[in-house]
Amino acid sequence: MNLILVTFIILLAFTSYYFGRKKALVIQSSQRLTALPKFYGYYLAAWCAAPALIIFALWSVFEPSIVKTFILQDYTDQNLTKNELQLIYTKVKALAAGTYTGNITNFLDESANKYIQLKGIANSAKVAIILAILIFSLSFAYRSVQKNDRMREPVEIFLKWVLFVASLGAVLVTIGIVFSLLFEAIRFFQAVKIFDFIFGTHWYPAKTFVRDGQPDPELMKDAFGAVPLFAGTFFIAFIAMCVAIPIGLLSGIYLSEYAGRGVRKYAKPIIEILAGIPTVVYGFFAALTVGPFVKEIGNAMGLEVSAESALAAGAVMGVMIIPFISSLSDDVMTAVPQNLRDGSYAMGATKSETVKKVIFPAALPGIVGSILLAVSRAVGETMIVVMASGLAANLTMNPLESTSTITAQIVVILIGDQQFGDPKTQSAFALGISLFIVTLFLNVIALSVVKKYREKYE
Amino acid sequence: MSKIKAENVNVYYGSKQALFDVSIDIAEKEVTALIGPSGCGKSTFLRCLNRMNDVIDICRVEGSIKMDNLELNSRKLDVVRLRENVGMVFQKPNPFPKTIYENVAYGPTIHGIAQSKEEMDQIVEISLKKAALWNEVKDRLDEIGTGLSGGQQQRLCIARAISVSPEVILMDEPCSALDPIATAQIEELIDDLKKEVTIVIVTHSMSQAARVSQKTGFFHLGKLIEFGPTDKIFKNPDNQQTQDYITGRFG
Repeated sequence: MNLILVTFIILLAFTSYYFGRKKALVIQSSQRLTALPKFYGYYLAAWCAAPALIIFALWSVFEPSIVKTFILQDYTDQNLTKNELQLIYTKVKALAAGTYTGNITNFLDESANKYIQLKGIANSAKVAIILAILIFSLSFAYRSVQKNDRMREPVEIFLKWVLFVASLGAVLVTIGIVFSLLFEAIRFFQAVKIFDFIFGTHWYPAKTFVRDGQPDPELMKDAFGAVPLFAGTFFIAFIAMCVAIPIGLLSGIYLSEYAGRGVRKYAKPIIEILAGIPTVVYGFFAALTVGPFVKEIGNAMGLEVSAESALAAGAVMGVMIIPFISSLSDDVMTAVPQNLRDGSYAMGATKSETVKKVIFPAALPGIVGSILLAVSRAVGETMIVVMASGLAANLTMNPLESTSTITAQIVVILIGDQQFGDPKTQSAFALGISLFIVTLFLNVIALSVVKKYREKYE
Repeated sequence: MSKIKAENVNVYYGSKQALFDVSIDIAEKEVTALIGPSGCGKSTFLRCLNRMNDVIDICRVEGSIKMDNLELNSRKLDVVRLRENVGMVFQKPNPFPKTIYENVAYGPTIHGIAQSKEEMDQIVEISLKKAALWNEVKDRLDEIGTGLSGGQQQRLCIARAISVSPEVILMDEPCSALDPIATAQIEELIDDLKKEVTIVIVTHSMSQAARVSQKTGFFHLGKLIEFGPTDKIFKNPDNQQTQDYITGRFG
């Protein structure tokens, strides 16, 4: 029903576009047009589609909650909790749809009938209202076209609003995500002291699980210490950067300063393919190939190596990050003006001296920016650590032991059964928002560094 | 006395020939101006004199260019030594994004000229004085060179070029990005420098060529049309094309 309605509106909009344009051509024979004929078409199409679609959207948003209020009105005298009311409403809906399998009481049956009836009324009303709006707005717009009013401005204003709504949507969704993270995190911090979370050194949320009833507050105290996770996250990111920064930077320098045009043309896309490999592939590469390999080598050297080691995860993550650094640093070094290179060569500097003393310092802000972006990527990386570095949150600085990260723990917490409102589940939000703050901070620094660099050369 | 002697120089960019059989004798401690319409090959020729064409992959140079009997167009030539001896100033001022001091100290550092900090300070001071910039920047040597005005930047580039005491300085339209006052300062500087250095300058301004140079060469379509004393070229050229160009009838 809804699909038919929307299709109808859109088709009508297309038709009115052609109609409007045709009308403009007719007007053209007797008087001067105020805009190109297509603007007449856009004008008519916009007036056709926009009001009807807006009403349709609003209706779709508010209809369910209004219907729900009507249905639940009958239950107000039963003194039920919010959750119970919700359960009843779910049952009513299921019954109306014919998918309910439980006991059918008379009362429930009655409600379901009422629900079907209400839905029917709502649907007819929706169609009627939208048709009325279509007729009204189209006739208004058509009169305007007939009078040969100015067409360009309204169309431009309409487009501006369309663009505004699109960007507003993006911004609102972002804000919404941040706030939902924030609210859940606040609820978590009502159960667990923020001090225990930030400075606690023991992460073992599973032990707070209690069947029915509240967990013991004493247990809560040292189950949610995030220090091992932060340490693990930064430790693995550090290992990754130890791999990625040297290789990435050196290959970036090679690509921008040494490689001939032919080499660069093929080498750069190949390196960038590394960035296109799904992280889950890196993950099992780390878990099944690099991890055992590291263990074998370690054992051969007489070292105690866990099969899931921070080293394996960090090294593979470093490989994943190489293209970020090499490609971005290649870009910023290529962007250093040729006349600086010429100036240096003309002084008798060799290529390596020029790179070291002129190109690299000039590009340094951009390179630092690219490294910070890579770090925030490493900190937020999930799949590789879930698969390769283990899930036990050990507080360790030994790269050969297994450790865990914020992202991996969020995965552990949220897969499988979980109770909403349980501190264990909510801790995922607290971890999420701390991760968000860290990466946001890194990105802000990176962007401002890059921006400063841009101002210098443009 | 001849400093640089070029014979039958041909330059190709890929399959396109940019210079045809250019032969020229550049005299020591004089200013030689190269004039001609855009794309005539004068900058290409200039860049042969310090092998800057090496930077361009597709560029190929044939013929003989001798500086004090040293063949410049040879694979065996030590390009680093050559460029220490032949400095260059570019069209657009291109100081490094470093401090004024570091800009001037760049050449002496990479060629290991100064033995101590004091010696380096002295080289920087002398170079800036020779470039007529010392008085303007002596109190802010640790500021970034790119923060100077266009004319100051260009004089900083000249200071950078003379910091390694080259025997020849090549200037590729050094004043084309500058205002008339800065241009006058640079021209005055060129006049001073020629006491110690051989200067080859490419310029689009005929009046500038007339003012600063002792010899002038006129290039057209990759050929050296006429070369001789500046006075003669401007007052009584042998070639009709030269005559047309300097009187503004073409180019």
